[in-house]
Amino acid sequence: MSWMPALVAIVSREGLRFVHQRERFIAALVRPLVWLLVFAAGFRAALGLSITPPYQTYITYETYIVPGLCCMVLLFNGMQSSLSLVYDREMGSMRLLLTSPLPRWWLLTCKLIGSSLISIAQVYTFLLVAALFGITLPAEGYLLGFPALLLAGLMLGALGLALSSIIKQLENFAGVMNFVIFPMFFLSSALYPLWKMAESSRLLHDICAANPFTHAVELIRFALYGELNLVAFGWTLLATVVFGAAALCGYDPARGMMRSRS
Amino acid sequence: MKGVSFTLAPGFSALLGPNGAGKSTLFALLTRLFTAPGADIQIAGHDLNKTPRKALAALGVVFQQSTLDLDLTVRQNLKYFAALHGLRGADAAARIDAALDRLDIADRAGEKVRKLNGGHRRRTEIARVLLHDPQVLLLDEPTVGLDAASRAAITHYVHALAQDGMTVLWATHLTDEIEEDDYLLILHQGEFIAEGRTGDVAVERSLKEHFLSVTGGDTP
Repeated sequence: MSWMPALVAIVSREGLRFVHQRERFIAALVRPLVWLLVFAAGFRAALGLSITPPYQTYITYETYIVPGLCCMVLLFNGMQSSLSLVYDREMGSMRLLLTSPLPRWWLLTCKLIGSSLISIAQVYTFLLVAALFGITLPAEGYLLGFPALLLAGLMLGALGLALSSIIKQLENFAGVMNFVIFPMFFLSSALYPLWKMAESSRLLHDICAANPFTHAVELIRFALYGELNLVAFGWTLLATVVFGAAALCGYDPARGMMRSRS
Repeated sequence: MKGVSFTLAPGFSALLGPNGAGKSTLFALLTRLFTAPGADIQIAGHDLNKTPRKALAALGVVFQQSTLDLDLTVRQNLKYFAALHGLRGADAAARIDAALDRLDIADRAGEKVRKLNGGHRRRTEIARVLLHDPQVLLLDEPTVGLDAASRAAITHYVHALAQDGMTVLWATHLTDEIEEDDYLLILHQGEFIAEGRTGDVAVERSLKEHFLSVTGGDTP
């Protein structure tokens, strides 16, 4: 049996769903823009940044947090699309997927690729609006950032999928916000560089350094400036594999979540 | 589920049971949404545990809750399903046309599912499940929420499919959907309490009376 039609179909279905949910798109765009144009503008005065790779000159705080906000878009979307699979009307489409005669890992991978591509479309829209406000990246960065965004999108989507299958207490999005999204986002290098964190607390710094989200942010940050951060790449890839394996395990019919929800 | 074991021949088999009898659990096992240790399930000669993909390829399922995408058209829904079964291009298009014709909904192909009534949505789901030519068809209370006319039409249609040689397992709690010559399995509290040709199971009284008396329930 041919595997490719499923990939094309699942990705285009995600695309169609996205087109039909304009409110979700606008919400996903407004969130990082508020951070960029309000929060960052206010913080600029409070936080001075010295030259730190990959930047070759002094940068404003707005410029610093752009990669972190790209990653935030991926994080919210990854959680939202994976959890919607389980908790609302998407349950039916998951059943359809799981009774297809294609291998489950492939079906879940198609799903992740589809939702990651949609997230990336939102990231580029965000970058476009940011550019209109004068916050730009090197021209080649927009292209070179793509593979990094894709890997980070897959990692966060896989995490959402794993959570949706394993943790039954996270019955609503508020729970996920409090216990997954906020800690992941704030305990990372998205808003402040790790060395800044180390000045205030060694422990916080160590937590941030271990957070896979930090590595995803750094991977994207370097890629947007045309550089490959090998360490960040390695950790992000490893986290993707681990989260992906956990998701696959969660959807294994012998132990999975379908037992409690069917 | 206790000692539940059955073999279905081509034709229409009805799985009758009151709500909570275990019908949905049985369906989840048959469609591999989950597996249970010690459950030995063969579908069209394929072991569901050892060669799940071959078994699933031979299987068509209509779940109790609709699995259609409301914002997509009828044809888009069918195309999506075809792709999940490895079908695309002209082959998929020809199968989709044939299935829509068969269910008399070709004129609705371009409409969004959200605009269809319950009966047409069900027909769309049945058209969809025929796309990959399954040998075995499972339907879990497919007439829930439909008006009397749509219910009769769908029941009639699936009986016709069974007469064409498909193996159909139709779960229901409504006795009027079952015909005299259908193979009948009555499930109660996770066990089969009757099995055989419907006319032979309920001999001197109607199936409804028989069903009520053996399950001790008061739902029709």
